[in-house]
Amino acid sequence: MRSRGVGAVLALVLAAPFAAGCQPPPESVRVEIVIRYSHFTPSEISVPHGMPVRFVLISQDPIEHEWLIGDAAFHERHRTGTEPQHGERPNEVTIPPLGTVETTLIFDAPGEMVAFICHVPGHEAYGMVGTLRVT
Amino acid sequence: MRRLVPLAAAMAVLLLTAGPTLACGGLIGPNGAVNLLRTTTFAGYHDGVEHYVTAFAFAGGEGEFGSLVPLPDIPTSIERGGDWTLQRLVLETEPQPAFLAADAALGAARAEVLMEVRIDALDITILRGGGAEVGEWATDHGFRLPPDAPEVLDFYANRSPIFLAAVFDADAAAARGQAVGDGTPVHLTIPTDDPWVPLRILALGKSEAETVEADVYLLTDERPALLPAPGSLMAADGMKLAHSGRASDSLLADLRSDKGMEWVPESAWLTKVRIDAAASDVSFDLAIDAGGGLPSLVDAGFKASGPAQALWATSRALGPLVLIVALPMLMAWFAATMFSRRPAPPPTGA
Repeated sequence: MRSRGVGAVLALVLAAPFAAGCQPPPESVRVEIVIRYSHFTPSEISVPHGMPVRFVLISQDPIEHEWLIGDAAFHERHRTGTEPQHGERPNEVTIPPLGTVETTLIFDAPGEMVAFICHVPGHEAYGMVGTLRVT
Repeated sequence: MRRLVPLAAAMAVLLLTAGPTLACGGLIGPNGAVNLLRTTTFAGYHDGVEHYVTAFAFAGGEGEFGSLVPLPDIPTSIERGGDWTLQRLVLETEPQPAFLAADAALGAARAEVLMEVRIDALDITILRGGGAEVGEWATDHGFRLPPDAPEVLDFYANRSPIFLAAVFDADAAAARGQAVGDGTPVHLTIPTDDPWVPLRILALGKSEAETVEADVYLLTDERPALLPAPGSLMAADGMKLAHSGRASDSLLADLRSDKGMEWVPESAWLTKVRIDAAASDVSFDLAIDAGGGLPSLVDAGFKASGPAQALWATSRALGPLVLIVALPMLMAWFAATMFSRRPAPPPTGA
C-alpha cells in the first residue's frame, strides 16, 4: 500500500528532535487504542490540534492488523494497495499479532475529521474502522 | 460433564455433498478463508469415548491449506479413517453417491503441541491453548486467519482449549497422485464426557451473505436430545431435522466393517440434521445428550448468564427431586385455586 501525503493529516516523527536534547518535549497527548476481535476501541477519538498525539496501539488479537489514518483519498489508495508492511510513515502502522506499536502525529486543522482503518483484506468490511476529530 | 443418562452415545457427521470441497473446520488459505462447499465430519460417542471421523477436501489450488477444528478433549489416537463410513451414512439418508475428500497439512509453535501425525498429504497437530495462543500458532505456521478468527477461537477455547490444526499440502497430494476431490479420512479417538459438534467454525471467514451448508449425522444408542433443537427458536432458520429413526441393521453392519469402526453398537438411533443457513445465523454449536436428557447450554455455545445456566444445570441435576417435591405442591395450589374460584352457593331462602 503505497502512500504519498496524508491529506489533511500532518504527520511528524517527533522522536528525533527529542533525542537531540535541544528542546524540552512539547506537551503531548496520549491516546491508547486497543484492538480486540478485529475492532478498534475506542473507535471515535477527539484530539487537540497542533499538539503531538502519541498513539499506543495494543493488539490483543493473534492476527496481524494495520492502523492507517488519513482522508478518503488516502484510504482509497490503500484499499487497492499492495504494500505488505507499514512502518516508514507514522500514519501507516502495521501491528503484529498480540503486539504493541506506538506512533506520534500532529494534526493541524481544527474541525478536521479523518478515518483510521485496517486495510488487511476483509478487515475494513468486518468493522475495523474508526474516526478521529481534530478540535 | 457426564450426562445424567448413562448410555450416552453420539455420533455426528457433517456431510457436505454439494461438491468436491469438503472439510470439517474453518479453512484458511494463503489469501484468507477458502470458501468451502461442504464439510465432512463424523463424531461418534460410545461408552465415554468419542470417535471423530472427518475428511477434508478442497476445490483445488496449490501450496498449503490449513484447517482448524475445535475438539471437546484430547485425543488418545489419530489414525487414517475408514474408507466408506462417511459415504455410507450419506447413502443411508440420501441415496445418491457422494464422494468425500480430505486433505490438509501444518507445523507447530506457541500453543502446547500435544500430538503430531502425518496421514497421506495431511499434517495434523493437536494443540492446547487459549484462543490467542492457538491463533498465534496458526499465524506463525502460515495460516492467514480471517478477521473473525480471534473471536471464534476464544468462543471455543473458553469451553475446550483443544484444537486440531490440519494442513493439506496440495503439492504433496499431487505428487501422491491425489486428484481434486480426493480426500483423506481421519479418525480421532477422544475419551470425553462432553460430546458436541462444532458448527460455528464452519462460518469462519464467511460474510453475512454467504451460507453454511452441512449435513450432521448423529448415531446414538437412544434418540438424542439436541440443543439447539432443529426448528426451534434457538436454531438457525436453515437448520432442519432431516432424519430421525432407528439405524438399520445393514447400516450398522456396513459401518462396523469399515476400518476402525468395530466399536459401532448393535443397535443405534440415526439422526440427520441439515443446515443451509446464513453464516451470520450459525453462531452456535450442536450440543448432544445421547440419552435424550437436557443438552448443555454451554456445549451449544450459548452465552448463558450465570443465573440462567445455574437454573438449567440445577434443573438437570435435581430434575427428578424437583418433580417429586414440586408436583404435590403444584397440585395443592391448583386445587386451592379451583376451590377459591368456585362460585358461592346461591343464597337459600330462610
